[in-house]
Amino acid sequence: MAQRDVQELKSVTIRFAGDSGDGMQLTGNRFTDTAALIGNDVATFPDYPAEIRAPAGSLPGVSGFQVQFSSRDIYTPGDAPDVLVAMNPAALQRNLKELVPGGALFVNEDAFTKSNLKLAGYEENPLEDGSLTDYRLFKVPMSTITLETVKPLGMGKKEGERCKNFFALGLLYFVYDRPLEPTMEWIEGKFGKSPDLVEANTAALKAGYNYGDTIEAFQTAYKVDKAQLAPGTYRSMNGNLATAYGMIVAAQKAGRPLFYGSYPITPASDILHELSRQRGFGVKTFQAEDEIAAMGSTIGAAFGGAIAVTGTSGPGVALKSEAIGLAIMAELPMVIVNVQRGGPSTGLPTKTEQADLFQAVLGRNGEAPLPVLASRSPDDCFDVAIEAVRMAVKYRTPVIMLSDGYIANGAEPWLVPDLDTIEPIEMDFLTREGLGDEPHLPYKRDEQTLARNWAIPGEPGLEHRVGGLEKDYLTGNVSYDPENHERMIQVRAEKVQRVAQDYGPLQVQGPDSGPLLILGWGSSYGAITSAGEFMREDGIPVANLSIRHLFPFHRELEATMRRYDKVLVPELNCGQLSHLLRAEYLIEVESLTKVRGLPFKVVEIIEKSKQLLSTEKAV
Amino acid sequence: MNASSDGATAQLTRKDFVSDQEVRWCPGCGDYAILAQIQKTLPSLGVPKENLVVISGIGCSSRFPYYVDTYGFHSIHGRAMTLASGLKCVNKDLSVWVITGDGDGLSIGGNHFLHTLRRNFDLNVVLFNNRIYGLTKGQASPTSEQGKVTKSTPMGAIDHPINPVRAAIAAEATWVGRALDNDTKHLPSMIETMAHHKGISFLEVFQNCNIFNNGAFLHFSDRKIRSEKMIYLQPGQPMLFGENRDKGIVLDGLKPRVATVGEGGVSLDDVLVYDASDPSLAYLVSSLDYPDFPVPVGVFLDIERETYEDLLEDQVEKAESKRGDMSLQDLVRGTNTWTVG
Ligand code: SF4
Repeated sequence: MAQRDVQELKSVTIRFAGDSGDGMQLTGNRFTDTAALIGNDVATFPDYPAEIRAPAGSLPGVSGFQVQFSSRDIYTPGDAPDVLVAMNPAALQRNLKELVPGGALFVNEDAFTKSNLKLAGYEENPLEDGSLTDYRLFKVPMSTITLETVKPLGMGKKEGERCKNFFALGLLYFVYDRPLEPTMEWIEGKFGKSPDLVEANTAALKAGYNYGDTIEAFQTAYKVDKAQLAPGTYRSMNGNLATAYGMIVAAQKAGRPLFYGSYPITPASDILHELSRQRGFGVKTFQAEDEIAAMGSTIGAAFGGAIAVTGTSGPGVALKSEAIGLAIMAELPMVIVNVQRGGPSTGLPTKTEQADLFQAVLGRNGEAPLPVLASRSPDDCFDVAIEAVRMAVKYRTPVIMLSDGYIANGAEPWLVPDLDTIEPIEMDFLTREGLGDEPHLPYKRDEQTLARNWAIPGEPGLEHRVGGLEKDYLTGNVSYDPENHERMIQVRAEKVQRVAQDYGPLQVQGPDSGPLLILGWGSSYGAITSAGEFMREDGIPVANLSIRHLFPFHRELEATMRRYDKVLVPELNCGQLSHLLRAEYLIEVESLTKVRGLPFKVVEIIEKSKQLLSTEKAV
Repeated sequence: MNASSDGATAQLTRKDFVSDQEVRWCPGCGDYAILAQIQKTLPSLGVPKENLVVISGIGCSSRFPYYVDTYGFHSIHGRAMTLASGLKCVNKDLSVWVITGDGDGLSIGGNHFLHTLRRNFDLNVVLFNNRIYGLTKGQASPTSEQGKVTKSTPMGAIDHPINPVRAAIAAEATWVGRALDNDTKHLPSMIETMAHHKGISFLEVFQNCNIFNNGAFLHFSDRKIRSEKMIYLQPGQPMLFGENRDKGIVLDGLKPRVATVGEGGVSLDDVLVYDASDPSLAYLVSSLDYPDFPVPVGVFLDIERETYEDLLEDQVEKAESKRGDMSLQDLVRGTNTWTVG
């Protein structure tokens, strides 16, 4: 390899874009794993179409994968790509406006045929009409070279063309000075059963790398150094996988089988897929006939004493609502995971949104409070899943865990936890023996948690009935007594309030008080944290806080908010958390909202913060 | 069998299954008879009380769990089978009874009916069919006859009704039966038989709602005409009925008809012999209805198929042995790791 100039970069954001059939998700994931392996911090954002098979080359068929890799801690996949890899005209059309001015643009020029240009809505070929002069354009005949490379291996045209994503990947590896070996090993593992594919894909990968080496255009190597991550063993982790693992670990910590009743729905199905593979750890998954049956089976499993979990997305929660009310009434522990997507109705199935907060907190008939937790990042899903199970069991209540499409599919490095350090979960079943001579009162409560007595079928002598009709305060028998009803409503509400006694401290980053607190929840954490860090680096004294507990709120939350002159609440909805905060505390907050199916950009939060700070001064 | 704190299960009596709750159905309701027969039969099943669970949905019949002193769950409208399915997944040793009605089980719970039956969970499903909505005070149900005048169908029901037994056979249940609420000999024998069937057993009970649909079955179930208008299915026996047991069901190709033995050249050998192990025959016989035919009761279908919970447990065991000594820590760590510092 020729000697190259080396340019150090702090972080780079690349977006791979192509047709759904071009393997962009795979390419992005390989690049991410390699970057993580060599010590960068990484964050990813897969963005794929809802249509499974949109016509090849069409705009709706464009699939994208964005990755930011960096030598510092990062919390987002980057606001805008520095590099765009466009495998066809539609991919260019859809993504070019995001590319930073002066950014690098790698295109597969072979795909810029008349018909593809037409499909993408181009009248002129943008590679030739001078419209791309703002960018560093690299026209690469990826299909042609890939085909030439694999032809000697006996590959046909159709199969051969499919290797071109590895060519693109190899080329990017050259430009950003990454090793090929991890990908080659991966290819071996993935395609090991068909040696032809191993050979062809490896050849394409190397051809891409070598192409970079031969073409003079790439004589600068861009280096992104290792990030300073906490010492330990890391792996790449996405939110759905972390949720699945968290549930399995929680069940093991409770010494009970994990039951997961679910109905397929984007973007939650991967939790079902993963858990279905883990029967070896005693996991019982049940693919129900519909969302309601998924919820009903989860209640049945909870009644039987299992760690009972169901997962879905917003439309599914809507269908489950009545049964969630039953779970509240029966006071049985279970977790409902909502991997949020764009709504209402079918909405934007593959896009992200945080608009189910009201639904989680308020969306049931009657006075029906339950704890609501949200995970803020892919790896956080693991901790939140365990906390949700622990809380559900300890307080005998259904708990909603909110995730969203962005963190469900996004990946980041995860410091693998030592499972031995996780506290056991006590089921605390009532037994005849444990009860001694006392009468069995199924709704008698623990003084500290207000959790009711819980005996499971199979326990002799404690036979009893539960159900959705209002219960007597102690016996649990049906009661229509007006005072009893009010008392039960209050005690169920008070019980849910008490889960807050177990919350860990609020973790504010930045100054303890001051002109501005940026307060968020869920997946906006990444953009909010980066915004806070960037501004503080520039000497702006903002603080940021991401809350996990959406209902009930942390007991310190109000006092914390009141220590700042202004509170900015960015969220991917029309202001739901802002609304709840105002209602709860009669406090004024500034709302920053976005409902485009896309996560926040760091810059959007910085701009709004600066605007608030400048009006602050003007006053 | 687990020991029971109440003593050996053999000593259980009907009283052990009577809860302290006052039964609140309308006086004269057919539900009383069914409750009594089930309470009477439960002690003979050899199942410890603590392993019995009764789950219901919503409707008059769904109050049932409160009156039986076992574990019980009065759930929400139409969903009893979903709770029962989840419970069986996590504890297959329980004897789980689902109590439902024509509205609860076939209308709002129709989807769960179809899927729970085909999955063959080892559940005992008893559907109280009174052909009306009782709890909501008298609207047409999915089993109401076409033309029936109710509060919600003042000009007569337009819907073509569901035949629950037929639907259960079509949903590929492995045990399907039918009985009458006041048939004090036949009903308990059906309950006992279904309890011993491994896999889903579905029993339709014609239940009189004396408030909103009184006498809905009397045109064939009246004791005076019962022997002429109903037929008791008996496996391996010719399908005979009538005061003198001289009438029988004869097949012309696949078409059933009623014939009198000894008339028109029909001999006893021509009468169809019932075989409850044949789903096609069961389906055919389930079409027999008033007024052209005697209404069949008894065991329509009794076949074996592996249960959902056994197959699930099987997969868990296989996967566990395949896992070997791989720990949960190994799983969580994965194979693609890197080390920092
Ligand atoms: S309304 Fe009918 S079914 Fe309901 S309890 Fe009264 S008689 Fe029985």
